[in-house]
Amino acid sequence: MLYLPHTSEEIASMLKVVGVDDLDGLFSTVPEDCRLRDNLNLPEALSEWELNDHMASISGSMAVSPEYKVFMGAGSYEHFIPASVSYLLGRSEFVTSYTPYQPEMSQGTLQAIYEYQTLVARLLGMEIATASHYDGATALAESLLMAVRITKKRKVAISSLIHPLYRRVVQTYFNPTGYEVLELKYLKNGMTDFTKLDEMDDLAAVAVQSPNFLGCIENLQAIGERAHAKKALFISSFTEALAYGYLKNPGSQGADIVCGEGQSLGIPQAFGGPALGILASRKEYMRSLPGRLVGQTKDLDGKRGFVLTLATREQHIRREKATSNICTNNSLCALAAAMYMASVGGTGIRELARLNHDKAEYLKKELKKAGFKISFDSPTFNEFVVEFPPDFEVTYKRLLERKIIAGLFLAPYYPELANHYLLCVTETKSMDEMDELVSKLRN
Amino acid sequence: MKESLGTTGLILNEPLLWEKGKKGRCGFSIPRRDVESCPLDEDLTCEGPDFPDLSEVDVVRHYTRLSQWNFGVDSGMYPLGSCTMKYSPKTNEKQAGLSGFSGAHPLLPANLSQGALKIMFEFEQYLAEITGMDATTLQPAAGAHGELTGMLLIYAFHKSKGVRRSKIIIPDTAHGTNPASVTLCGYRPVSVRSNEQGILSAEAIADVMDDDTAGIMVTNPNTLGLFEENIQKIAEIVHSKDGLVYCDGANMNAVMGIVQMGKIGVDIIHLNLHKTFSTPHGGGGPGSGPVCVKRHLESFLPVPRVIQENGRFILAENYPESIDKVSAFHGNFGVMIKAYSYIRSMGPKNLKKASQLAVLNANYIKERLKRTLHLAFDRPCMHECVFSDKYQVAHKVMTLDMAKRLMDYGFHPPTIYFPLVVNGAIMIEPTETESKEDLDQYIEAFKAIVNEARENPDLLHEAPKSCKVKRLDEAAAARKPCLAG
Repeated sequence: MLYLPHTSEEIASMLKVVGVDDLDGLFSTVPEDCRLRDNLNLPEALSEWELNDHMASISGSMAVSPEYKVFMGAGSYEHFIPASVSYLLGRSEFVTSYTPYQPEMSQGTLQAIYEYQTLVARLLGMEIATASHYDGATALAESLLMAVRITKKRKVAISSLIHPLYRRVVQTYFNPTGYEVLELKYLKNGMTDFTKLDEMDDLAAVAVQSPNFLGCIENLQAIGERAHAKKALFISSFTEALAYGYLKNPGSQGADIVCGEGQSLGIPQAFGGPALGILASRKEYMRSLPGRLVGQTKDLDGKRGFVLTLATREQHIRREKATSNICTNNSLCALAAAMYMASVGGTGIRELARLNHDKAEYLKKELKKAGFKISFDSPTFNEFVVEFPPDFEVTYKRLLERKIIAGLFLAPYYPELANHYLLCVTETKSMDEMDELVSKLRN
Repeated sequence: MKESLGTTGLILNEPLLWEKGKKGRCGFSIPRRDVESCPLDEDLTCEGPDFPDLSEVDVVRHYTRLSQWNFGVDSGMYPLGSCTMKYSPKTNEKQAGLSGFSGAHPLLPANLSQGALKIMFEFEQYLAEITGMDATTLQPAAGAHGELTGMLLIYAFHKSKGVRRSKIIIPDTAHGTNPASVTLCGYRPVSVRSNEQGILSAEAIADVMDDDTAGIMVTNPNTLGLFEENIQKIAEIVHSKDGLVYCDGANMNAVMGIVQMGKIGVDIIHLNLHKTFSTPHGGGGPGSGPVCVKRHLESFLPVPRVIQENGRFILAENYPESIDKVSAFHGNFGVMIKAYSYIRSMGPKNLKKASQLAVLNANYIKERLKRTLHLAFDRPCMHECVFSDKYQVAHKVMTLDMAKRLMDYGFHPPTIYFPLVVNGAIMIEPTETESKEDLDQYIEAFKAIVNEARENPDLLHEAPKSCKVKRLDEAAAARKPCLAG
């Protein structure tokens, strides 16, 4: 086997050093009745070439770009990833190292994560960011728990326009804790209704998502002011990180904690994971942050270097008193995001974000012209909701056969939005492709 | 002794990203604008983030130089105990990169994502077979996330019986994540000491197990690298009070094809795909932490579940007792592809062989170093062995100094100061992918360092000498944190 380097002679000589007769003899401390008698019931080994054929045939059955035109976002976005990013990310010094416990041998990872923390903080208008989390949903759950720890209050209010799957994860995390999750309804214009906040007490946090799940850009400043009036922390969540290349960042609108999904920043969609949980906050909450942090320091000669820091918050030191049970971050995904942000640059990210917005506006306009109803009139970024006629399901299926995915059907998530679809347009869609979608929708 | 691996080479300096670049450069091919400009209201927009503008060459050189300051399994032996730093096969990366997998949207209808669902369905079964369990969820994104999922399952199980219990038993050899995971679920960890042999005694568990204890969380093999020999008796005690047995399967690499945890009393186990199943550690993630359970816990697993109906795979949501979702989508699918590929490449015989050789390598190191370093427990170990700095303290040399000196010899140090039950612990897990020559070279390096500790301890105090930086001031970093530039 190519990953097992031992020859039989080597095995024999090593067994002799250990003082046992055969490989089974190594397991003398495993009681007889704990041992498996038969072989594992698994498929026999494939050669590298057989594996290639097997996997190619399985992956071939998936509906993906460029064969399919996918106009669906909803928390996972198709964006171009430069070859240079994929290539650099494959450097095995990054890929095959681990959490940088030994900083002198891990300065590459450490500087890169420090740069990631900085770029993310700048993107979101916050002072600090963690070294990353699992995904946007868990970053939100951790942010809410963080707010509970900081304020010592027991309830959180979250917008019903936060990604429905994120809200389910939050509820899973909160179920055994005894803390309560209250939901804020939404208005006819596709924005969160925060008037009910006045009736809610003991709030640790108010959380909204912008652009929200229906694509609309929330009035963060107004919500933040309401949250602060209730002495609650204001948490701003997101699923489309690229939006902040163009939109005012949540930090400038008063957010205390910003969390969300960074998949748009150079990470393949990969059926939903691995993803990139982003969590940033104001500096005053630094010691309440969950997860890893990289900080700058000096070596014995006074030279700049980087280390994992503030470990006293963490599980390996504080054990049950830790701020979280998180052990690893999603380091390689954070690295991809840093490489992506470095490649696209400050000038480029604004241009790219504008292009996303303008293309989505083009499709919106063409759909309107074709007589379809845009459900909400609030400003959007690269996603928006369309209300199609009641018999649209047939059309949707016909389009699937023509390899076009015309958005996400919203009724399973919002039963009141029957016949409503969430559409997404990124820089990957050309005008011609959008025109084709509209013309096929018409017929 | 062979020539040492460690040498001095040309290492290039590289500034921080924002210390480079010129306004107006771009390393990204912005798509052609084929639609009209349609600006948003200015109240909503900003000038864009303060990122540096860099060319593609700037970016490529930056990260290439940074990568050269790093050390990975592909650079050399990286025997971090408890982390299973085995070789990550390259073909697995290739499979995960297939566009059908890497380009797939997670909310694709089931009939357009049969391939991904097939992989997940089969992979769940493989993991259930390896652990001797009945059902698997792939949704947890890392080992600690799997632990949390396991605790949520225990909570849901007792809740379904109409009871709420308040404690979980955790041995002193547990991973630090264990007590933290328990606390996140509202439980109080009850610590139990391991005995003079480094394992749990059934009596110690019987003393603390009661009707208010939801279960036990035991790492097996434990963090001393020892098999918990009394596991069956312990499971009986816990089950007799209607508690559940959770196994932290981080050390599964020792017993694939040798022990099926489900057959020896374990109800729930999590696996770390980046440890046992060779997926790369990525500088600290992404990992993946599937959880396998026995039949009586299956109905509580996260949804959606992948099931097969009339030869097609579908995503089923209708499990009213489910703890619901722990990740937004299906978990770290990209990591699953690599682990699936590994299992298919290895087959049942090589998986068992891998565990046997992992245990052989650890015992070989233990035997060859036990007269050089103090061995915490002198008995047969599993996949890792734990030494300490007891013999070196007299020379004012500590574990940390020896670890740093190993770098100069071209090796990554082992895990140090863990497990906490051994003072100055040095925890070595070589894994099966290291050859005898590499082990011999590591052993010789350690012996040479122990000699240096006697003859010239300052060499160790000043180590490392050949890395990009010298020893870093971690205390200063924590005292005055600087987390962003």
